[in-house]
Amino acid sequence: MRARIAAMTVLGVCTVYFLTPIWWLFVSATKTRAGFTSTSPLWFADFALIGNLREVLTYRDGIFLRWLGNSVLYTAGAALIGTLLAAMCGYALAKYRFRGRELIFNVVLGGVLVPATALALPLFLIFSRAGATNTFWSVFLPSVVSPFGVYLARIYAAASVPDDLIEAARIDGAGEVRTFVTIAARLMTPALVTIFLFQFTAVWNNFLLPLIMLGDERLFPVTLGLYTWNTQVNQVPQLRGLVLTGALLSVVPLVIAFLLLQRFWRNGLGTGAVK
Amino acid sequence: MTRHRSAVVFFIAPFGVLFTLFYLLPIGYAVVQSLFTVERTGTFGPAREVFGGLVQYQRVLSDGPFWASVGRVLLFGAVQIPVMLVLALFLALLLDSGLVRGRRFFRLAFFVPYAVPGVIAAIMWGFLYSPTLSPFTPVTGAVDLLSADLVLWAMANVVTWVYAGYNMLIIYSALLAIPPEIYEAARIDGAGPARIAWSVKIPLVRPAIVLTAVFSVIGTLQLLAEPQVFRSFSSAVSSTYTPNLTVYSTSSIPNFNLAAAFSVVLALVTCVLSFSVLKATSRGGMGR
Repeated sequence: MRARIAAMTVLGVCTVYFLTPIWWLFVSATKTRAGFTSTSPLWFADFALIGNLREVLTYRDGIFLRWLGNSVLYTAGAALIGTLLAAMCGYALAKYRFRGRELIFNVVLGGVLVPATALALPLFLIFSRAGATNTFWSVFLPSVVSPFGVYLARIYAAASVPDDLIEAARIDGAGEVRTFVTIAARLMTPALVTIFLFQFTAVWNNFLLPLIMLGDERLFPVTLGLYTWNTQVNQVPQLRGLVLTGALLSVVPLVIAFLLLQRFWRNGLGTGAVK
Repeated sequence: MTRHRSAVVFFIAPFGVLFTLFYLLPIGYAVVQSLFTVERTGTFGPAREVFGGLVQYQRVLSDGPFWASVGRVLLFGAVQIPVMLVLALFLALLLDSGLVRGRRFFRLAFFVPYAVPGVIAAIMWGFLYSPTLSPFTPVTGAVDLLSADLVLWAMANVVTWVYAGYNMLIIYSALLAIPPEIYEAARIDGAGPARIAWSVKIPLVRPAIVLTAVFSVIGTLQLLAEPQVFRSFSSAVSSTYTPNLTVYSTSSIPNFNLAAAFSVVLALVTCVLSFSVLKATSRGGMGR
């Protein structure tokens, strides 16, 4: 009984640690600028959330909304295409025998160890040579590539797609691509969700690439946009409220999505870690 | 024997092409760029790139601020990674111990910060640390968490806050995968819950712990968003505070050749370090 109380206390304290900043962000986003500095930071005062939201969404012709849209395209778009390409490549590496297979896999595995930020500068140099920096594609295209996704896809394909099933499909006259789409991809679906989530967070957290690549704020993802607002807070105090409300607005959908998809994190991480 | 050659090409080529263009090519290009140097005839003469051999690497080696920043992130990692992983492991074991009600709630609560991107987490904590705006003014008024002495650990707290729950989840899923019969045997031998956790559970989830350690090492050396954001909250964070900040500020001078050399060295240091963590933790050393 005493052990139970001690355990619950520890977890309670940790819950406070992990959730207080989020709670604070939510409360702050509901306050007017005057209320933010003069009222208790962890409890509501003048409830101005609607007004704050309107201000964020309309500030400078709704640039924030555009940033949100950009972020969806950069992260969800790149992760969706990236997952598909990684699944195809991982499936082929797991299920076909061909010359150079191990070589390709090892090169991709080496790619896992190369951190994304180490690539940002050389990518910038290459894109500037091609005159393509400060474009949507300069951030989008590099984000599509996920060596870790290929690594996971190969593990999952080997574990969840039986060879007999592929052979049976061949005997029934299905082509290779058709077999992949109708049988393998379906069996790999839970794993594909995990790969998607991994890549989604990787792109979402990659700050150096958009920072170095983009100059036009109409192309910014929401993280870079909030960052630039935050650097100007001292000159334009109005921006402080916008940063907080904007942060809340961009975090809430993600928190909900992550919590709903949480079992895919666990399953995927379990498989990845056991290997 | 290669049957289905065209299918293999069809499956591999799309990823292969993009991987070559946006992974292999940049690495090669960074190495090539790092071997060149910009020369000017006179002070205002036209700049041209000439082959300089390892000149840039000599500069990297003798660049005091860069190595100071490497030392800083190593110190950061040496403290922050163990603290975070011990916390993650401890919480995972508690959740798995059977002592706790509402496991699902706690699991979700600890995981929530992971959904907050690094930049936004750093902005939030920047406000929370600030002496005037913070809800914890008794603390932030007494100790300046953004001073030169403490700002590194203030950032360590941000990173711990974001990633502890994520690492806990990795370890927790590994714990769930252990068949319960194993505990049965230990219990019959008279082992209590603490003993089972220490001698049975921890050794069995070791691969998961190694995985989290390697990810953490790679993440630490890449530290960028937190210090970059903290520059607007604290004057103690210089433009060369971490290796990645050095790369960024060198490239905006601009000195691309030197920045490329920094990138190459940083990538090598990262590879070597994460690889040695992998070696050190997965092969003996700690008893098993």
